[in-house]
Amino acid sequence: MTELRYLAPGTLDEAVGAFAKAGSAARILAGGTDLLVQMRSGVLKPGVIVDIKKIPEMTAIEQTADGGFCIGAAVSGMALAEHRNFGKVWPGVLEAVNLIGSKQVQGRASAGGNLCNGSPAGDSVPAMVAAGAIVTVQGPDGCREMKVEEVPAGPGRTNLKPGEILVSFTLPPRPPGSSDAYLRMIPRTEMDIAVVGVGVSLTIKDGTVTSARVGLGAVAPTVLLVEDAAKALIGSKLDDAALAKAAAACSAACRPIDDKRGTIAYRTRVAGVLLKRTAAIAAQRATQKN
Amino acid sequence: MAKVHVTTTINGEPMEFLCEPSDTMLDALRGPLALTGSKEGCASGDCGACSITLDDRLVCSCLMLAVESEGHEVRTIEGMANGEKLHPLQQKFLEMAALQCGICTSGMLVASDALLKKNPEPSEEEVRFWLAGNLCRCTGYDKIVRAVMETAAEMRAQ
Repeated sequence: MTELRYLAPGTLDEAVGAFAKAGSAARILAGGTDLLVQMRSGVLKPGVIVDIKKIPEMTAIEQTADGGFCIGAAVSGMALAEHRNFGKVWPGVLEAVNLIGSKQVQGRASAGGNLCNGSPAGDSVPAMVAAGAIVTVQGPDGCREMKVEEVPAGPGRTNLKPGEILVSFTLPPRPPGSSDAYLRMIPRTEMDIAVVGVGVSLTIKDGTVTSARVGLGAVAPTVLLVEDAAKALIGSKLDDAALAKAAAACSAACRPIDDKRGTIAYRTRVAGVLLKRTAAIAAQRATQKN
Repeated sequence: MAKVHVTTTINGEPMEFLCEPSDTMLDALRGPLALTGSKEGCASGDCGACSITLDDRLVCSCLMLAVESEGHEVRTIEGMANGEKLHPLQQKFLEMAALQCGICTSGMLVASDALLKKNPEPSEEEVRFWLAGNLCRCTGYDKIVRAVMETAAEMRAQ
């Protein structure tokens, strides 16, 4: 058994100090549903674990004065589902977070951990990308903001600098006629990893899409923001031609692996199909509200 | 190696125990706390046999460190019956033979109880999705799902 130290600081400054001091031997513990599995399998042997759940801002869900949301990096999927308002404003983000693992896993697993784990197939990430979420990170050199799509660097890697900790996600306020959705393809009906995951966020005014964002997961080394797909949707009435163009943009963005869950050809094709279905759900939700 | 002293509440009782920082909650339950009702199946969060609640939220005890229970409230299968009187779910599992080898049973019961506390009137589909994180290799799930549905109906009628 390796020597392991467990720290549970009560403030962000203490956590940043302890994390930076321990260097590469340190790991952040949020929900722990990835970290403990990696430790157990021997992939990781951390010397120091910094549990961030005793830091109030890490577990807080706040609706900001402008109607946006600030969600602590360690908020569990179950806590997000229990919030009275979050799922009404961001149903797609919520459904993505609540596709991560079982109910037991959702009791602990956080969107922050899902992002920092660096899996291209993390379910919450394409939905957060579609939502236009901004993350706040804090490190030894202070605080900075990043777009959520800038965080993943490749499988298992992020663009956080040494010693930096993900603190929170900020989701913007939503104009009337806005909603979002997330769909993924898996070979089973539950409890599996996405073969393709698509998040779509839309604003619709008088039947025309005025803004759109598309996040695409599990088809490249990192989750992607597909700007060409969004461009194809914006200005359209989500007619067949616009959807076909957006679907083609998603398929074109794919650089997937070939594995037992899906071939390259399958993943590429499904990315387009899912885009159409996800956009339809987001549009239905957006227009229902008005 | 220094052990860590943890103060927590388990099944309503204040508890203290010593553990290694790397011990999981499941290690602590089955070791120093001698609460062996929670089973170790996969130790990777896939099977649900070690399900407990932490502050009323369903979690896998293999996926949390024992030290993380400091100051929190843990409930295990051992706290489910009221003395000698079985919880309605436990009674119904027996009556309807919703178990065979028993390895998954405590996790199934803890998970089902968490569901019924949150949603006293679940549809069959909701029960099946809720229990998707609890693996059973013997029963085919049907008897378990039916037992949960019947218990829910009876508990609502009372």
